[in-house]
Amino acid sequence: MPKITYIEHNGSEHVLDVKNGLSVMEGAVKNNIPGIDADCGGACACATCHVYVDAAWADKVGAKSAMEESMLDFAENVEATSRLSCQIKVTDALDGLIVRMPESQH
Amino acid sequence: MSETKSGVVIIGAGHAGGTIAALLRQYGYEAPITLIGEEPLAPYQRPPLSKAWLKGEADADSLALKPTEFYAETGIEMLLDVRASAIDRAAHTVALHDGRTLAYETLIIATGARARSLPIPGADLKGVLSLRSAADAEELKASLGPGKRLAVIGGGYIGLEAAASARALGGEAVVIEREPRILARVACEILSDFFTAYHRARGVDFELGAFVESLSGADGHVNGVKLADGRTISCDVALVGVGAPPNDEIAQAAGLDCNGGIVVDIHARTSDPDIFAIGDVSHRPLPHYHRSFRLESVANALEQARQAAAAITGRPPPAPEVTWNWSDQYDLKYQFAGMPFEIDDIVLRGDPATAKFAVFHLTGDVIQAVEAVNAPAEFMAGRQLIAQRRPISRSRLADPTVSMKEVAA
Repeated sequence: MPKITYIEHNGSEHVLDVKNGLSVMEGAVKNNIPGIDADCGGACACATCHVYVDAAWADKVGAKSAMEESMLDFAENVEATSRLSCQIKVTDALDGLIVRMPESQH
Repeated sequence: MSETKSGVVIIGAGHAGGTIAALLRQYGYEAPITLIGEEPLAPYQRPPLSKAWLKGEADADSLALKPTEFYAETGIEMLLDVRASAIDRAAHTVALHDGRTLAYETLIIATGARARSLPIPGADLKGVLSLRSAADAEELKASLGPGKRLAVIGGGYIGLEAAASARALGGEAVVIEREPRILARVACEILSDFFTAYHRARGVDFELGAFVESLSGADGHVNGVKLADGRTISCDVALVGVGAPPNDEIAQAAGLDCNGGIVVDIHARTSDPDIFAIGDVSHRPLPHYHRSFRLESVANALEQARQAAAAITGRPPPAPEVTWNWSDQYDLKYQFAGMPFEIDDIVLRGDPATAKFAVFHLTGDVIQAVEAVNAPAEFMAGRQLIAQRRPISRSRLADPTVSMKEVAA
């Protein structure tokens, strides 16, 4: 199973094995990791699963849909590497992925 | 039994109850947590039941809030398939239907709401369903498909989502609504007209302003909906979605303040300081509107779970959120936020004919609520503007060539 590192805003690191096919958001929620609330359960409707994707992984996580882009436009603390983690599907290619959480979800 | 041993007892293992159990552990709560659920299942998400799940695009694992082993690993004891029958506030205990009694230091009532049943002849026929639980959804799913006709009684979100799912599965669907328009209680007329036209174009029939008199059947199974005008609408299955009253009887019996739901404060605390109530069952303050209301949404359940978990663990209270919800029908993403109280104007931004537009509800120049179809920027910006209570320019808001960033600037 791909290993994903989730880093909370306060620096706490969680390294998890996440099943292929789940989203990066689901990997965090199912393991009760603080900082990724995912109120809408992955419907791309709430922007409470905002993460920063480590620069080295930017190309591998795929492109944002127009919907995700619009949601992120109005999320807090947005940066160039911001993504909604519910929109990133876990595959073997993401083994080693590192995501960080924004201050607004602290 | 000592206080530290009794810990938190949560009545109701739905989205609210399951979430607060996990949050308490996340926030460092170490005393025992007991979660009581009347369904045989560990907490799961209900929103997909009328959407992805009905269409076979989600399975039980993806519905579950947490993996089964999570509860044992984090010391959350689940008592499933059992109902709580009474609360003894003086003794700090909850009695269960199976005769057990549980002691609590802090009690959380998360009993939700139930589908209102129709007090008409034939309502007890087989194939007359409601949609609240996974078991309900399983039964409905088995009745949808090619050659099957679904009659939806009540034109609310769940009914419309089920109608869209029925069409996606190759069956027929008819929506029967007592009011002259669908979504009459929850959306403005522009939205009602838009959704009616969108569903009609995708083969859903509507009977509006139609009063249901009874349900007809053969061999104990429903086969039609009889209207007051004498017509019978034939169907293979009927879904009743006419509202959901709160399951607050256990709180009323215990003498807690109730007013169409259990009355709570901004920390989700009831009139008894050791008892909280969260989710659909609560009647809660809406700080942005200076009034109280009973909300029925996942966002509300989660916000109140965060309020109560913060209060119980001594964390600072979370900032008040603007209430919001969403609905997926066909390729439409419908998101709405705020409450249209004391509105004196509405502003339409975009053209409903393009299936990308938003309706803003205003008092003066302040946005109170937004309804957005395939318009996430309008939803997100609208939600922030509602929270800020800041006046905006109506003419700029109505002009889609002015970006929402500029409107909000």
